[in-house]
Amino acid sequence: MLEESSLQPEWLSEEVSTGTTIIAIAFEGGVVIGSDSRVSAGASVVNRVMNKLSPLHDKIYCALSGSAADAQTMAEIVNYQLDVHSIEVGEDPLVRSAATLVKNISYKYKEELSAHLIVAGWDRRAGGQVYVTLDGLLARQPFAIGGSGSSYIYGFVDAEYRQGMTKKDCQEFVVNALALAMNRDGSSGGVAYFVTIDKDGTDEKCILGNKLPTFFDE
Amino acid sequence: MLKCFTDNRFNTHGQRLTVHFDSPNLYGAVPEVSPAKGDPSSAHRPINTTTIMAVEFDGGVVIGADSRTTTGAYIANRVTDKLTKVHERIFCCRSGSAADTQAIAEAVSYQLGFHSIELDEPPLVQTAANLFKQMCYRYREELMAGIIVAGWDKRKGGQVYTVPMGGMLVRQPVSVGGSGSSYIYGFIDSNYKTGMTKEECLRFTADALALAMERDGSSGGVVRLAAITEAGLERSVILGNQLPSFSA
Repeated sequence: MLEESSLQPEWLSEEVSTGTTIIAIAFEGGVVIGSDSRVSAGASVVNRVMNKLSPLHDKIYCALSGSAADAQTMAEIVNYQLDVHSIEVGEDPLVRSAATLVKNISYKYKEELSAHLIVAGWDRRAGGQVYVTLDGLLARQPFAIGGSGSSYIYGFVDAEYRQGMTKKDCQEFVVNALALAMNRDGSSGGVAYFVTIDKDGTDEKCILGNKLPTFFDE
Repeated sequence: MLKCFTDNRFNTHGQRLTVHFDSPNLYGAVPEVSPAKGDPSSAHRPINTTTIMAVEFDGGVVIGADSRTTTGAYIANRVTDKLTKVHERIFCCRSGSAADTQAIAEAVSYQLGFHSIELDEPPLVQTAANLFKQMCYRYREELMAGIIVAGWDKRKGGQVYTVPMGGMLVRQPVSVGGSGSSYIYGFIDSNYKTGMTKEECLRFTADALALAMERDGSSGGVVRLAAITEAGLERSVILGNQLPSFSA
């Protein structure tokens, strides 16, 4: 029989990470941003229904990955900074502003933090936008994937993405990509959350595990 | 024009981080493990960090691989043939250490030839796969070899067996291996269907390998394909400028 070498289970001393899959894609007039829901500490799943899509403002969301604590803190700080900024300018903030605030924190505390946030949203000036802030760089992309599960879906997203996809196409793209990554990555799983943001508002959806798309070997 | 950018910083695990600006999607942060200077074990041996793939269809198999062999950052061979014959209708796709996999393939090829003479008929693919597995499992600590065995025999038709590092053996309808394989699991899972024809399998394999070569720095060059059926073997090559391209 296995003997516990300490009185505490291993997972209590492992760092909690949202080893995860996150994805965001822009379409004409908005964005769709999605994530899985697994939070792991070593081999243990400490939260199987965590929503990793965090609102930074009414029409700007970010997706969290990497160390859970670092990512949550960054999102909270940027949420506060954006509120102050939007009061100062007297109107809704730009997605680029939100992304820049995230990037500033990522870059300044690069050595200490290990979290990556994808920022996506809609604003009046430039419509739907997706920004990556990996390692403290800031870049706008038509779509972005991140987290440990993203490695497995690079081929899929490269093959499936086309310019000019509709909102419905983008939602399907996000859900399929999440399902594929969740099937292959041990650190991703649970349910799929996705949020659709356009000029009319934000629409949050959750797809339960047994309703996710299935593939040939399931 | 985007230029290549190297950041000489280290991440929290002491590994050097490099962010590459050489593609429209700026996702290239890859930890580069730099061995300590003067460390003799860091002598860069040739490895096929690669992408290999095999697919079964009714009547045979299609196998494919990229063509890059690296020693460290240098590409020692940009037109490698990683699809190695071990018998008339049985091939293996090699990934990992070039020397290890070549030696294993030669040894198994010899054993299979001998076995086939004793039997007085062509060997089974399952036999070849088990010979690979026995060698890879027995010498698992010394070897760095990930092998996919595929071929055709009279008893079960087209078969694909994968023998990853560590020496397990399992039959799969479609199998990928090598460093580039991580990137195409999603593509394979969503695009594979049972009942594909030989031409569809060739197309599927070429697409998957092209996608992996696009994303994995250790895979590249040309795509080598082979279709193995009862009638025989058909080899083909897709050159770099003729590879399927994707809008991203």
